Amino acid sequence: MSDALLQIEGLQKYYPVRKERLFGGSRGQVRAVDDVSFEIGRGETFGLVGESGCGKTTIAKLVLRIEPPTAGRILFEGLDVATLRGKALLAYRRNVQAVFQDPYGSLSPRLRVRDIVGEVLEIHTSMTRQQVTTRVHEVLELVGMRPEHARLFPHEFSGGQRQRIAIARALAADARLLVLDEAVSALDVSIRAQVITLLEELQRELGVSYLYIGHDLATVAHLSHRVGVMYLGRLCEVGESIEVSTAPQHPYTQALFASALPTKPGDQREPLAVVGEVPSALQLPTGCRFHPRCPHAMDRCSAVEPVLQPTSTSRRVSCHLMTAGSEVVGREPAAAR
Amino acid sequence: MTPPLLEVRGLRTEYRAFGGTRVVRAGDDVSFTRERGPTIGRVGDSGCGKTTTCLSLVRLLPAGAQVTAGEVLLEGRDLTGLPDREMQQIRGREIAMILQDPMASLNPLFTVYDQVREPAYHHRAMRGAALRERVRSLLGSVRIPSPERRMKEYPHQMSGGMRQRIAGAIALSAAPKVIIADEPTTSLDVTIQAQYLDLLKGLQRDTGVGLVFVTHDLGIVAKRCDDVVVMYAGRAVESGPVRTIFERARHPYADALLRSVPTMGSKEPLFRIEGQPPDLADLPPGCSFAPRCPLVADRCLEQAPPTLEITPGHRADCWFAQGSGPVLDAVAPGGGAAHTNGSTST
Repeated sequence: MSDALLQIEGLQKYYPVRKERLFGGSRGQVRAVDDVSFEIGRGETFGLVGESGCGKTTIAKLVLRIEPPTAGRILFEGLDVATLRGKALLAYRRNVQAVFQDPYGSLSPRLRVRDIVGEVLEIHTSMTRQQVTTRVHEVLELVGMRPEHARLFPHEFSGGQRQRIAIARALAADARLLVLDEAVSALDVSIRAQVITLLEELQRELGVSYLYIGHDLATVAHLSHRVGVMYLGRLCEVGESIEVSTAPQHPYTQALFASALPTKPGDQREPLAVVGEVPSALQLPTGCRFHPRCPHAMDRCSAVEPVLQPTSTSRRVSCHLMTAGSEVVGREPAAAR
Repeated sequence: MTPPLLEVRGLRTEYRAFGGTRVVRAGDDVSFTRERGPTIGRVGDSGCGKTTTCLSLVRLLPAGAQVTAGEVLLEGRDLTGLPDREMQQIRGREIAMILQDPMASLNPLFTVYDQVREPAYHHRAMRGAALRERVRSLLGSVRIPSPERRMKEYPHQMSGGMRQRIAGAIALSAAPKVIIADEPTTSLDVTIQAQYLDLLKGLQRDTGVGLVFVTHDLGIVAKRCDDVVVMYAGRAVESGPVRTIFERARHPYADALLRSVPTMGSKEPLFRIEGQPPDLADLPPGCSFAPRCPLVADRCLEQAPPTLEITPGHRADCWFAQGSGPVLDAVAPGGGAAHTNGSTST
């Protein structure tokens, strides 16, 4: 058995849609997630990046078992998550917790912090009230809050503090994997750094794994050990985050990282070659989904859909330019080093 | 000497709540000068007064808010004392705005044509075929494909990126001298954001319009702006040329902000600004940043710092502003992501 904590194999999620016409309608489907495979190791952070509509949040929903996959498997410690029932499912929910983007929407305004954080313990453990309260105080301190905060309501806290409470809730029952869906995006820059460093410290201390989902490339690259780049439901590149962010290989990854804003003035990046906008997921382009916007598109790209192929021991890329055995020419930001 | 395009001197905007018993200074003593040509950026955390300052410029403040001191000079003419009727002639014609959310700033009931033509119709008295041609060329200049067809459509028929470009076309419609863009790309995807910023740059080159960018994103400042004003708790704490501030910020908040942003390809720990921004209705005595400042000294807690001019055009409000190099180098050696770590270009 591999020592991955979470393995995702050939995951698919299609949503049926009805296209309304005057007389009857035709059935179509949105392929929100299409044949995605990756794994997350113990104590590892895997980052998923991509633009809106690329399917990254759908993957979060599938991993959290909010929705069932259309096909493919999610294995947690070797067990197929879709088959879990009863106690085993309860244990899975205890092990896999989520922190969402909006700390204003994700905490019940009617509950005190003690009950928000303690609820998970009341469900999953046989702790007494006193033990739950003690544990709540413990995790609050773990995330840099004070035990006295347990008495207060969410509205008494700022966005950054609320996000700490959400993290405390996720960790209260010793979760093994946190799904962090845009967990710092809603926070101010100065507060974001606090939460990012907190997440890093917690991982070092507790060995918890993260699935970090975001659109801010620098933050995802900073937090993650490995990243997967998604485009229209597919993974186009997976690899070590430093390698992917400094020497992206897939033309979409290159465009994405070239579009990223510089961290200081004069950080000249190559001019942007990608044109247009993401096409509708209802009408996917034939062949490679990126080919209509790709500066390197060849005949084969509109006919044959490329699959993820290893380009090194740690990297997989789905692009015909890669399988042709040559690297994409001329658009290699790291070459400037 | 011609006066600067836009000059703001000691602007103070206050919100009065609970019958005037609670006064919130959302913009206090904010000054900046906007020469023709370059782009100015204003950064800071939410609630620091960035948006309030901009709304003060065009006098679109919500009820209860009021400019209580200072002046806004557009080509030497003070706007703060103008009657509302005259201010209407300034808005859209001289100063236009692009707002954050193109969903909320476009009217869903009117076609794109109706919305883009309005400023040109009212302020430039364009009519008929000339007006139509104006709208067509505006849509073309913000790269809306097939403008003739698109101008008959409604906002809901367009993607977010297109809607934001249409907001840009509306702002340009009456050929204003200054455009204030308040977080114009926050709701856009990364590749669309890059396209939009390139587009604004091109428009500025072609039309000579002045741009004021309000943003919380230092990346936008680094990419698009020539000068920057860093705001904290309603005050401009540091201002100057972008490159100067990124290389040697002399206000601890500005420097800490720069160090708290992750750099692509670097895993260096981020600089962490402890604590929370203060409540604007209950500011600490002395320097507002003092409770969170790594360099805090006794006098910071008692006396508000002076505005020091470090080099011509580079100002910071801090007792420790005088000196060279990033002000936090003393407490965070080598930790500055923006200052020391290599990114893709080094």
